[in-house]
Amino acid sequence: MFREETELGKSLEHQKQLGELGGLSLKKRRLRGTCRLFVWHLRNTGVRQIPCRFVHLYHVANNRLITFQYFNFLKRMYVTRCNKDLGQRAKPKSNSIVPPFHELQQLDQEKKVVHKISPVSPVHQSWSETSSRNELREMKSAAETEDSVIPVGAESKEDRRWKEMKLRLDDLPGILARLSKIKLTALVISTTSAGFAMAPVPFELTCFLLASLGTGLASCAANSINQFFEVPFDSNMNRTKNRPLVRGQISPLLAVCFAACCGIPGIALLALGVNPLTGALGAFNIFLYTCCYTPLKRMSIANTWVGAVVGAIPPVMGWTAATGSLDAGALLLGGILYSWQFPHFNALSWGLREDYSRGGYCMMSVTHPGLCRRVALRHCLALIGLSTVAPVLNITTWTFPIISLPINLYISYLGFRFYRDADRSSSRKLFFCSLWHLPMLLLVMFTCKKSVLEKEDKGDLPGGSNEMAMEIRLP
Amino acid sequence: SAPAAPRQRRRGGGPGVRCWRGAEARAGLGFRPPAHSHSDWIGPPDKHSNLRPIIFYVPPDESALERRLREARQEAQASNQRFWARHNRAFRQEKEEFIYSRLKAKGLELRDESGQKATLNAEEMADFYKDFLSKNFKKHLQYNRDWYKHNFRITFLMGQVALVRALRRQNW
Repeated sequence: MFREETELGKSLEHQKQLGELGGLSLKKRRLRGTCRLFVWHLRNTGVRQIPCRFVHLYHVANNRLITFQYFNFLKRMYVTRCNKDLGQRAKPKSNSIVPPFHELQQLDQEKKVVHKISPVSPVHQSWSETSSRNELREMKSAAETEDSVIPVGAESKEDRRWKEMKLRLDDLPGILARLSKIKLTALVISTTSAGFAMAPVPFELTCFLLASLGTGLASCAANSINQFFEVPFDSNMNRTKNRPLVRGQISPLLAVCFAACCGIPGIALLALGVNPLTGALGAFNIFLYTCCYTPLKRMSIANTWVGAVVGAIPPVMGWTAATGSLDAGALLLGGILYSWQFPHFNALSWGLREDYSRGGYCMMSVTHPGLCRRVALRHCLALIGLSTVAPVLNITTWTFPIISLPINLYISYLGFRFYRDADRSSSRKLFFCSLWHLPMLLLVMFTCKKSVLEKEDKGDLPGGSNEMAMEIRLP
Repeated sequence: SAPAAPRQRRRGGGPGVRCWRGAEARAGLGFRPPAHSHSDWIGPPDKHSNLRPIIFYVPPDESALERRLREARQEAQASNQRFWARHNRAFRQEKEEFIYSRLKAKGLELRDESGQKATLNAEEMADFYKDFLSKNFKKHLQYNRDWYKHNFRITFLMGQVALVRALRRQNW
């Protein structure tokens, strides 16, 4: 999931498609309802629930809602963006380019008055820019009558689009948020916390927070380096052309320094504050994303598989943070995320073929369209298989494959439609389905998680039987 | 940010006029950063290459290292501009030709009754995209190598310049 935002990008949204939003908020309400349903289900099954686990469920549920909110926001972006890119234009792209800071041009007007004066004539060059506005207005009117000045007209509009490359401290948080793809980072953190939550150990808040923070910092670092490598390519693709490095809002040196300042503490936090295995996985993931996936995008379609591994590692990291070991459960969770990446990304890339072709990106949707759709369908079906393996590995109860079957079947159905129809509408349907499918699947997985206490009863956990014996002895 | 003053067609410098090099000199862009500004200026995306041109500020006390950095950035900018302008133009042209040939093969006119240009749908264009990508694959590989080299060199020089400036400030 590290690499999704690369493709999806952040966009300046000008239109709000209220109809879509309405549909989205409806889905959000439905999700909340589903969440409440699961909580009720737990309450009524009479399962021995520790109170804090209940709170935990709400926390995780809220996590899901937050995640879904992000998905909603992203979905809103995608809908608008996809709509803009929908029409395949036969004529060349129009030359009119939306000025990057058009919403700030009103502010620029005021400053414009100040600076218009200075280079007008040698007499005025000695004026400081902090002259009072009245005097400036007088000078401006005087200046405009001089012959040496070209009337403002169209040129100044063009000139207004030139920006000084000076970093302002109050812009810095926004710039760094965009550089680190903060929304994608939040999604990565939520998959890590899903991995942590699914681990069959008692929940430790400190460890959870450290793991989340460390993963978040690692993700920020990886995303910054990715943007650092891709400046000219991002400039040429619609979704990514407003990134900070493309716009010159930040220098490449600062981007690299920021990546180092996030990555080194992040990995150190994971390695020392959590455990070395998690730290190693984090470092490996950064390497995989920046040094393998990013260059591979322009060389071979294998980049999609590498990118899927990149997306699969965060939940594995969450699991290893909780348990300290890489066991079957971690690999299963990683496998689910890995399989999910394909319908998600392949469906998305179907609508971006023109940009990929012109930008020189080697993607299946351009070079091997049949393979693209086959792989998407294959992995939708794999999700069903992986959901069935979960209870076998004692991670969830058998209710999980049963409850998750409808959503898995639905995404497989959409995958099949995409495979058969190979058109934009089926690709969009599959893509949007993948956006809600994943959080829902993880939520269902969590609610069907095999209770730690159940395992103790069966004597699966070491020392569990001793504790049980102790309890019986006490009056 | 401080936008520019009205353009002046004054050529050549004069005492007290700051010097800028870069896109302006070559492409004949009319923009001139204000005299008081000591930073680089970045413009709107070029309509051919989609890259944003930068006008580099040349301080009067520019050191050899700073000059190397500026020249590296100028060279990278020029090289990127050349590549993408040519590449995008080729894309547009070949796309037009493809659409024209496909429409001709289908027996359709280039413009329909309402005068609108006829288009092909995404699936028909897919052949063109695949073909274009494979034709330009080697070109992209070469460009990637060059771009990575430029990028690393520029960033490294930026680091050196920043370090030297920081040390100089310390010593004062």
